[in-house]
Amino acid sequence: MDLILEGIKKAFWLIVTLDPEVLGITFLSLQISGAATLISLFIGISTGVMVALSRFSGKRIIVSLINTGMGLPPVVVGLFVTIFLWRNGPLGFLGILYTPTAMIIAQSVIATPIVMGITLAAIQQLPQKLRLQILALGATRLQMVWILIKEAKLPLLAAVMAGFGGVISEVGASIMVGGNIKGYSRVLTTATVMETSRGNFDIAIALGIILLLLAYLINLILTQIQQRERPR
Amino acid sequence: MNMVKHVPILEVKNLEVKRGGTVLLDIPTLSIEKGEILTLIGPNGAGKTTFLQTLSYLLKPFQGEILFKGEKVETNHSVLEYRRKLAMVFQEPLLFDTTVFNNVASGLKIRGMRKKEIDKRAMESLDRFGISHLKDRSAKTLSGGEAQRTSLARVFALQPEILLLDEPFSSLDPPTRDALLEDLEHILQQTRTTALFATHDRMEALRLSNRIAVMNVGKILQIGSPGEVMNQPIDEFVASFVGVETILTGKVVKKDGGTFFTLVEGEEIEVVGSAHLGETVVLCIRPENVTLSTRTSQEGTSARNVFSGRILRIVSLGLYQKVQLNCGFPLVAYVTNHSMEELSLAEGKEVKASFKATAVNVIKKGTNLRSQLKISIVNDPEK
Repeated sequence: MDLILEGIKKAFWLIVTLDPEVLGITFLSLQISGAATLISLFIGISTGVMVALSRFSGKRIIVSLINTGMGLPPVVVGLFVTIFLWRNGPLGFLGILYTPTAMIIAQSVIATPIVMGITLAAIQQLPQKLRLQILALGATRLQMVWILIKEAKLPLLAAVMAGFGGVISEVGASIMVGGNIKGYSRVLTTATVMETSRGNFDIAIALGIILLLLAYLINLILTQIQQRERPR
Repeated sequence: MNMVKHVPILEVKNLEVKRGGTVLLDIPTLSIEKGEILTLIGPNGAGKTTFLQTLSYLLKPFQGEILFKGEKVETNHSVLEYRRKLAMVFQEPLLFDTTVFNNVASGLKIRGMRKKEIDKRAMESLDRFGISHLKDRSAKTLSGGEAQRTSLARVFALQPEILLLDEPFSSLDPPTRDALLEDLEHILQQTRTTALFATHDRMEALRLSNRIAVMNVGKILQIGSPGEVMNQPIDEFVASFVGVETILTGKVVKKDGGTFFTLVEGEEIEVVGSAHLGETVVLCIRPENVTLSTRTSQEGTSARNVFSGRILRIVSLGLYQKVQLNCGFPLVAYVTNHSMEELSLAEGKEVKASFKATAVNVIKKGTNLRSQLKISIVNDPEK
């Protein structure tokens, strides 16, 4: 019992005094996962809308592949990104293995199918005739897509949350492609794993609390936006 | 006098839409005049929606030509331009998830209009449909009638040259529909907007249109003024669809000046018109043209056809009752609730049924529908 209580006490101390190491890890986590989420939004929303709006044979297979991708195990992503970036791998010449860039790439690969799948579902659940109505109002195809995205903004916000939530809490890929290098590629999750294995429960608990708080804070902001947009 | 060649606002030539070997739409020729309100009437699946969506280039591909003011709509650029001169209202309001005002302004925003102009036009349109008090409400909170008003205000704000209405009232309850129909009628007249209006409700059709086109399985079966279509249906399908309840088949047995007699189930019915002796004809009698009485004498009626019959069934239609008779042949009459009581009509009772020789519309068997259709189209606008 003492272990836990002491741990929590120390953890709060670390947070309240803004311990530079803990702070640095937190910022790096936000930077990497934020960048990965942005990239996944870009690719996921555009591709998701495109797949939702187009008709082609084999669409079902593509949709089921995207949906499977939503549950992509991070370790598998980590494995493949590592192989690609390995010194004599296909992209080895870039020399970015064990860098934050590699982590952003891996996290983007994890978040993109999540965003894509939710976008696809969000656009598909809009009434079919809405597209015709928008075109009949004189919209170009691009304007129509933009209006549809605006119409699906609530589920799309859910896509942002799910994407960010997925990568900020992910550890397998980050540790594999980032290497958990102190002050360089060490993020909240990888640090928690390391400190726990070393028996430094106080720091581990502090990092865990920060991780929880971050996840809560981001979701609070997005939920706030979502609820404000809700009709009276 | 006028030497300028007359050009209809919209013209369709050999329009055909096929999907997987099935012909969904086949309209050889049709022209629509500026300011005209043409109603497309027909059952579900008649091709009304397909026609409207093809006209607005929402449904592709199709064969044939669509001419707007005499010019063919062709390249991508002019399709958008053309579509921006049209506006379409669907059965569902299909509003955007924003305020009523933003909904009404949406088409104007799409056209990149200046904010001042957008505000002015949107407010005008809101006023026109009596919903300016709802302008800040979220569209999601509107009732069915309010939502459809918003949808209509959204297209009228665009001041379209042609308005396409695809059963806009069919999901509304009768009082809401009637109120909106009345307003729309007024606004269409005021703005002189050319409109194509699809419905399966013949009362709506009668109320709004200058011309009615009866459609079935992708074809226009008959087109003409409401009076023509209602009183002189071209075939049995049109007749039953426009509300002719009694459709009888018989042989011409006697001719007498301007009239002839048709033998139906042993009874002779007198009809104004000409026919060959021995010819098989179909007679159509609208139920509102049949009068019932309980008097035995025939005084006070100028009707040439008087038959006694037994009431088989009485069905209430609200304001009036539908009375099904057996006069040797089946006959249907509409009777007001008032006369119903006065005559104390009841099922099983014997009554006299009468209708004029002019109230019978004749359809000749083996008539070439297509040729008649062409005639009625050519005759109408080119006068």
